[in-house]
Amino acid sequence: MTHIAVPKTYKLFIGGAFPRSESGRVYEVTTPRGVFLANAAQASRKDARDAVVAARAAVGGWAGATAYNRGQVLYRVAEVLEGRRTQFEDEIVRQEGVSVSAARAQVDEAIDRWVWYAGWADKFAQVAGNANPVAGPYFNLSVPEPTGVVAIVAPQDSSLLGLVSAVAPALVPGNAVVVVASERHPLSAITLAEVFATSDLPKGVVNVLTGSPAEIAPWLASHADVNALDLVGASGLEWIDLEIAAAETLKRVLPPEEGPDAAAPALARIQALTETKTVWHTKAML
Amino acid sequence: MTFLDYAPAPESTALLNLQPEYGLFIAGEFSPAGGESFTTISPATEKPIARIAHADAGDVDRAVAAARKAYDKTWSRLSGRDRGKYLFRIARLVQERARELAVAESLDNGKPIKESRDVDIPLVAAWFFYYAGWADKLDHAGLGANPRALGVAAQVIPWNFPLLMLAWKIAPALAAGNTVVLKPAETTPLTALLFAEIVQQADLPAGVVNIVTGAGETGRALVNHPDVNKVAFTGSTAVGREIARSTAGSGKKVTLELGGKAANIVFDDAPIDQAIEGIVNGIFFNQGHVCCAGSRLLVQESIHDDVVARLKVRLETLRVGDPLDKNTDVGAINSAEQLARIRELSDIGEAEGAERWSPACSLPDQGFWFAPTIFTNVSTSHRIAREEIFGPVLSVLSFRTPAEAVAKANNTPYGLSAGIWSDKGSRILAVADKLRAGVIWANTFNRFDPASPFGGYKESGYGREGGRHGLAAYLRGAK
Amino acid sequence: MTIDRVVSPAHRAIEVLGDEPTESTLKRYLDGIPGVDGVGLEQRAAALGTRSIKTTSKAWALDRIIGLIDLTTLEGADTPGKVRSLVAKAILPDPADPTTPQVAAVCVYGDMVPFAVEALGAAHTTGSGEGIQVAAVATAFPSGRASLRVKLADTADAVAAGADEIDMVIDRGAFLSGRYGEVFDEIVAVKEACRRADGSSAHLKVILETGELSTYDNVRRASWLAILAGGDFIKTSTGKVAPAATLPVTLSMLEVVRDWHRLTGERIGVKPAGGIRSSKDAIKYLVTVAETVGEEWLRPELFRFGASSLLNDVLLQRQKLHSGHYSGADYVTID
Repeated sequence: MTHIAVPKTYKLFIGGAFPRSESGRVYEVTTPRGVFLANAAQASRKDARDAVVAARAAVGGWAGATAYNRGQVLYRVAEVLEGRRTQFEDEIVRQEGVSVSAARAQVDEAIDRWVWYAGWADKFAQVAGNANPVAGPYFNLSVPEPTGVVAIVAPQDSSLLGLVSAVAPALVPGNAVVVVASERHPLSAITLAEVFATSDLPKGVVNVLTGSPAEIAPWLASHADVNALDLVGASGLEWIDLEIAAAETLKRVLPPEEGPDAAAPALARIQALTETKTVWHTKAML
Repeated sequence: MTFLDYAPAPESTALLNLQPEYGLFIAGEFSPAGGESFTTISPATEKPIARIAHADAGDVDRAVAAARKAYDKTWSRLSGRDRGKYLFRIARLVQERARELAVAESLDNGKPIKESRDVDIPLVAAWFFYYAGWADKLDHAGLGANPRALGVAAQVIPWNFPLLMLAWKIAPALAAGNTVVLKPAETTPLTALLFAEIVQQADLPAGVVNIVTGAGETGRALVNHPDVNKVAFTGSTAVGREIARSTAGSGKKVTLELGGKAANIVFDDAPIDQAIEGIVNGIFFNQGHVCCAGSRLLVQESIHDDVVARLKVRLETLRVGDPLDKNTDVGAINSAEQLARIRELSDIGEAEGAERWSPACSLPDQGFWFAPTIFTNVSTSHRIAREEIFGPVLSVLSFRTPAEAVAKANNTPYGLSAGIWSDKGSRILAVADKLRAGVIWANTFNRFDPASPFGGYKESGYGREGGRHGLAAYLRGAK
Repeated sequence: MTIDRVVSPAHRAIEVLGDEPTESTLKRYLDGIPGVDGVGLEQRAAALGTRSIKTTSKAWALDRIIGLIDLTTLEGADTPGKVRSLVAKAILPDPADPTTPQVAAVCVYGDMVPFAVEALGAAHTTGSGEGIQVAAVATAFPSGRASLRVKLADTADAVAAGADEIDMVIDRGAFLSGRYGEVFDEIVAVKEACRRADGSSAHLKVILETGELSTYDNVRRASWLAILAGGDFIKTSTGKVAPAATLPVTLSMLEVVRDWHRLTGERIGVKPAGGIRSSKDAIKYLVTVAETVGEEWLRPELFRFGASSLLNDVLLQRQKLHSGHYSGADYVTID
């Protein structure tokens, strides 16, 4: 007896829902050899706009959650990711044309990296923050806070690990994310969105757009309600123009990275998407 | 005579030993510039102080080359301990020449001598002391073991705290092992040039600190110089934006400390007399030429009228006048250009329907002056509630609930600083959490310390100056 | 000095409190007064202390300081002779310079009042504001630890002996344990004991002993309480407890006096006492008064220094200002 497969419709992930692109466009996702895999949604500037609105609405709650809670939610993502690992392995094999063991290794690393970042949620502030010994009767403390809405151009050569490496550090301090997935390998991004949707991540905290980074990124770079732009996967784009566009509202910009160390796990990636807030308070006995 | 008309108490300028003309300070020597020199004047009298060299692109190139050479040949090879000792020397020299520097600063900038004497110059020395001690402890700067200097730092500073901004820039840069080319503001080059003399007295290796004077295009040439690895700028958001554009894709590490429109929030349970002082200090300190000035006063409606009444009484005792008089509270506006901007925005405030008030005070005939001014009946949509005036002008708005205060405070593209006045600790901490600003002062305002990071959110710029964070801005991880 | 108020202290309190002054209404009112941030208060005082008072302003200030001094001796070893010597100094502070002003008052223990009055003779105030006042500390000064009956007798005795002013101490124990009504009632009673047979009344200075109240919030509350209860002056200290007068404490009391004036139109006096020894320090107080409540407070009806050694330092400074040379301790008299 044969089973006729029921293929998945790969849609966008915005505000916790899975809409099609408002433009109605899709594009073909194929194996490296050109075999059709799926039609992915081709996000438009309006989808990007909606994603930013969703992210802005979500950032207050996510940033305001306790660090312990964010850590728990992020760890929950890793749990659900682990449970769906065969689906990710399968998609990686088909999209990237790599061996099953290579795909398995990528999923292993993605899960471990996610867990590593999850664990930072209630610790990084202790490392990045300071009690400042100022010369006067003041309690003075510097603490890192999330920058706000972070737009990310995900690494383009990796389906899952690159995406995880860019998204996780942005979430740790409480940012909300709009990520443009790998154009060639978008399927893992949407499957990861399903993981987000079934974890306890509040809606809108991560929004996933598939399609052409070259088309979408300029709208995110110039969007006045985006606070930071992570160009880690943008080396193939006119990324200097994106940085120039981002300068209009003084966005924090992270440059493209290439090679095996691209978006390597680092505390610096978390800190790059934070603001240091310093609070002075008077101290008086009398 | 009444007692409150305190007899003049002028600080003596006899201890100044100024040159009639200053060159550029490059590779440890003063040298002439390619551009046409200009005159720096005292904004209080419009009298000339000295002729100042105007660096052109070729001069900037020379200065960057000197800094590069010093970086390659000496400074990057020196141990942190030895770099630190040079910085300690500088700190001591600043202390030794503190009064002279204060007088020069007030003369060139127009700020009251009591501020240059009691705030600016002591902080300059403190900044060098603080970072001197970091020079041999860079492993603890938060970037892992063996962090590296960036190389040559291009630093462009504003006219509001001339020597203090120099210290904020140069001290951490040198401690981290960089060499610098610094451009002081066009209207306030004097103390940077006196600092060059201090660099000579400290026997700092030639080229480690270079000072190029000039105007906007000098700064542009410096920031965009291809052999610069780090750009640190303090000034307007407009120029900061231009720098962010022009350095895009260059790989230069950039720190920007830009404008602000800080909310100073006064709750109905505030320690009222201290809050009044904090409001005054927040906006009239340094003639309001402060990027983190508390220029938007947000007062809880129930105490609005009382606060405004008390504020007006207090402003009557502010003494506006000769910056060199030890009793002056508010000095001269730094330039004719800035005065025009303050006047323009204040007139707009009036035209938009806000109520304008200034205490009775007679202003000198010569020089650039603007009486302390408060606007009441200001709405969030008024330009005086949104744009940085950078002068002694306060916009008063009101709120009803803490949530409304936070919403109004955050309703700005800026995010540099904010103030909170309340006797309720838990509310202070919660409001501080919610304010989108880099520096929050609770029951105080306009406090600065080398150990305390300073810098903004959003369009107030990025990067921090001061503290460990300020050091990290001049380093990269070993990788 | 005599001040006849249109409304009695009790009426004044009722007007401000909106109710009878009781433990609970007083507590509610005093607890509702805005707090003081000690850091900001001290910074403001320090900033006022940096005013540079030169030349003509300094000359005016030095003379004015002398005219505001309550020249004080409050020792267990005091004798009629010591008091006579003090009075002589009060009348003629600098024998070498007859243009030197006289001090505002001499301040002594109650049993020394007759000797002070006698020594002053014609220099004693006639009640019209001219001449030197005699101030007596009373109410079981400095601790105030005696029954109300004894305190009132102490007060009445001094008034009967000719004291123009009574410097009473509040019951700090009662204040610190929150019994504001008790403190209030005692001040009201002492005020009543200041009344003379002819219906006039000795001027009442209420000593808060701020060094024992410890916090600025307490100083502020105690200042309000003392004024509500009818004090004509609020005074920082007995001089027997450290710290005595400080500039921030005095500033916070001046702020209350300023607010009271805003509220009622009445002018209350302030007297920092103890620890002010140099002209330089005293000038800081003048600046603080002038810039907080206004220059009109710089007269003996509204501001006093409780001091002893301050006078000689002012005289030395005065000699320097007039001669252009620094003077020495042998050129001023000890009292």
